Amino acid sequence: MSTLTKFSAIPYTGPAPTNRQPYVPADAAVMDARGAEIASKVPGLTLESGQDLPTFLVERDQIVNVLRALHDHPELRFTLPLDLFGADYPDRAKRFDVVYQLYSLKNNERVRLKVHVAENESVPTSTGVYQGYDWYEREVFDMFGIKFEGHPNLRRILTHDSFQGHPLRKDYDAAQRWLLTDAGIAKLQPKIAPQFVEEEEQSDFERVTLNLGPSHPAMHGTLRVVVTLDGETIVGAEQEIGYLHRCFEKMCETHTYQQVIPFTDRLNYCSAVINNVGYCMAVEKMLGLSAPDRAQYVRLILSEFYRIADHIVCIGTNLVDLGALTNFWYLFQPREEIIALAESCSGARLLPSYLRIGGLAVDVPSDFLANSQKIVNMLPKFIDEVEALVMKNRIFRERTEGVGVLSQEDAINFGFTGPCLRATGVPFDVRKASPYLGYETYDWDVPIAEGGDTYARFLVRFEEMRQSLRILQQAINRGLPPGPVMVDNPYVALPPKEKVYNEMESLIYHFKLIMHGIQPPVGETYFPVEGGNGEVGFYVVSDGTKNPYRIRARPPCFPIFEAYAKMIIGQTIPDAIAALGSLNIIAGELDH
Amino acid sequence: MPVQNIDREDSIIPRKAGAAPGEIPEKGLITLPGEADREVEGLGSATYLTTKLDAVVNWARGNSLWPLPFGTACCAIEFMSMVSSHYDIARFGAETVRFSPRQADLLIVAGTIVDKIAPVLKKIYDQMPEPKYVIAMGACATSGGFYRAYHVVQGIDEIIPVDIWVPGCPPTPDGLMYAILKLREKVQRGEMRRQ
Repeated sequence: MSTLTKFSAIPYTGPAPTNRQPYVPADAAVMDARGAEIASKVPGLTLESGQDLPTFLVERDQIVNVLRALHDHPELRFTLPLDLFGADYPDRAKRFDVVYQLYSLKNNERVRLKVHVAENESVPTSTGVYQGYDWYEREVFDMFGIKFEGHPNLRRILTHDSFQGHPLRKDYDAAQRWLLTDAGIAKLQPKIAPQFVEEEEQSDFERVTLNLGPSHPAMHGTLRVVVTLDGETIVGAEQEIGYLHRCFEKMCETHTYQQVIPFTDRLNYCSAVINNVGYCMAVEKMLGLSAPDRAQYVRLILSEFYRIADHIVCIGTNLVDLGALTNFWYLFQPREEIIALAESCSGARLLPSYLRIGGLAVDVPSDFLANSQKIVNMLPKFIDEVEALVMKNRIFRERTEGVGVLSQEDAINFGFTGPCLRATGVPFDVRKASPYLGYETYDWDVPIAEGGDTYARFLVRFEEMRQSLRILQQAINRGLPPGPVMVDNPYVALPPKEKVYNEMESLIYHFKLIMHGIQPPVGETYFPVEGGNGEVGFYVVSDGTKNPYRIRARPPCFPIFEAYAKMIIGQTIPDAIAALGSLNIIAGELDH
Repeated sequence: MPVQNIDREDSIIPRKAGAAPGEIPEKGLITLPGEADREVEGLGSATYLTTKLDAVVNWARGNSLWPLPFGTACCAIEFMSMVSSHYDIARFGAETVRFSPRQADLLIVAGTIVDKIAPVLKKIYDQMPEPKYVIAMGACATSGGFYRAYHVVQGIDEIIPVDIWVPGCPPTPDGLMYAILKLREKVQRGEMRRQ
């Protein structure tokens, strides 16, 4: 069969990417206008124009005041801290950027703040405004060596204690390792929660410190929690992460744009396709192109199937942790079918790496829609059966209701997104808030639950699977759009092999693309998608070369696991296990 | 309530017909090594066989490997697929998953091992009783995979000895199953790793 259909017969006449041109987002003017409006309300903001979000420069000593003003301003209410990360520009006088990204649930808008920091300077801590920024600041300290004044516990978070240097600095060699021996394993002594400090005298028990994980069946292999117990009550807890820190961000900087795609698969490996979508669409946004309809359609279908698969893994393993093994066997049957669908498209099972910047790697097989329909038909009976088995089960309800509770204010203040936020009653879903892939054209609802406990998170996940099925059924009814699956742009898509062998031009394009890669214009962008457990966003900085200058993936698990200690204080170990599973912490994403 | 199953005609997973004992298996199909041509010969009317104790012990040991999944990353999800309904490792006697190293004899290292967790892996391995076997599942455990990076162990044989390496990123469940069957052959041959 000929593959010539992928390229049109007419030679490409569009603009060639001129290297090192600045990136101007399509909506820069709108964002600048909105930015000026915000700057007039909050003092201390200097607008940086021409960005994809309202972006401001803030002085180092002003940042806490600005954050507090943005948080408290009655018309703005930037209450949700989305992200905090660093970037290194060694040629500048103040070499580091500390970037804050906030979201306003009230106005459905995002804002980006930047603080320029020199090598020996420090930034005041913002943990007083957003408690969720505690770990983010530790991460920036670990990766860049930027100190945060007044931070309660500023020590390394992702790398180990014997590590030397700060790996995301540009002058750090990507392969420089530091070995850890048995003696270097961090000794943690959890702080007793304030409400239990005074009770020690009255207690009948001696307080015991217990280590859970990282190699513990309920800790999913890579999480570690140290708890202090008073009898059976947890009175203090501290988490340690980084047991799967495999240097995603540094690896991105040493690979080309297309080569980054497999790394994004391995962030949240339970819903790999959604990460691909986020990354590819971020780069496509920079390149100013959008994938063909057919590719967008397949992306949507696979995203929703993988979202269901993600929830299946979460619910299944959580129920195993609770002792209900049967549901795991039931749910993994239809999950295998979903995985088989991805395999029929790409040849790989769990981590398909099926997307490319500009579209898809290859077209879908001819029975794609028929197979999708089969899976959509078979899924409801499994969901119903498992729901019937557990949700009205008295043992299950007593183990989950009122367990692992986090209030709505705390969840927002920590920066929760996804099902865990929706379980506290906040209807925030990126697919509704800033739709992509045409989600706005489908008829579906955002499920929420009240209470913010483990049971509520179960309820939300079950209902989300049904809503995903609704989207899928509508999509299947619309049918597969005709046309190519890859953009017709030789600076992004490889020409088909037949043309490479027979045409001079295609040969040159092929050579250029392999040797020099995709070269987006100079600039930065952020693109969020709704992942299996919250907002997955990709912040991409390009310097016009074939390698990304900086890629930051917003990990939705990160603030969720950060809040875990707060959830389990005052409860027992079995409750802590039940709560952890329902948070769906995926270590690949948590530790990058 | 009836237990839900997926009918064969509804399933989209491509299946190959299995081979019954005595039949020649379809080419390319992963079945039990030597399963098809295994026959008990020369038994006649006798009701017992004579053999060596070693052989019986190794036969039993190979048929009941108790794995400890040291699952850290993506490979652990494929390990879960392997033990769950569709692939069902119970067919080969290795379904008794134990998270305590003192109750396991097969360590399956599924996922990337980074410098921070390396001492933990070493400790777990040291705690397992002899005889013990190790499967390095996937590219990361084998060689660090495509993470040639500042925090990733470039193959677990930096720390502990390995019996079987499984390629793939992640390996398919049948790939891991094949590794367990290969290990079973090795155990039943009575091979021991040199300490």
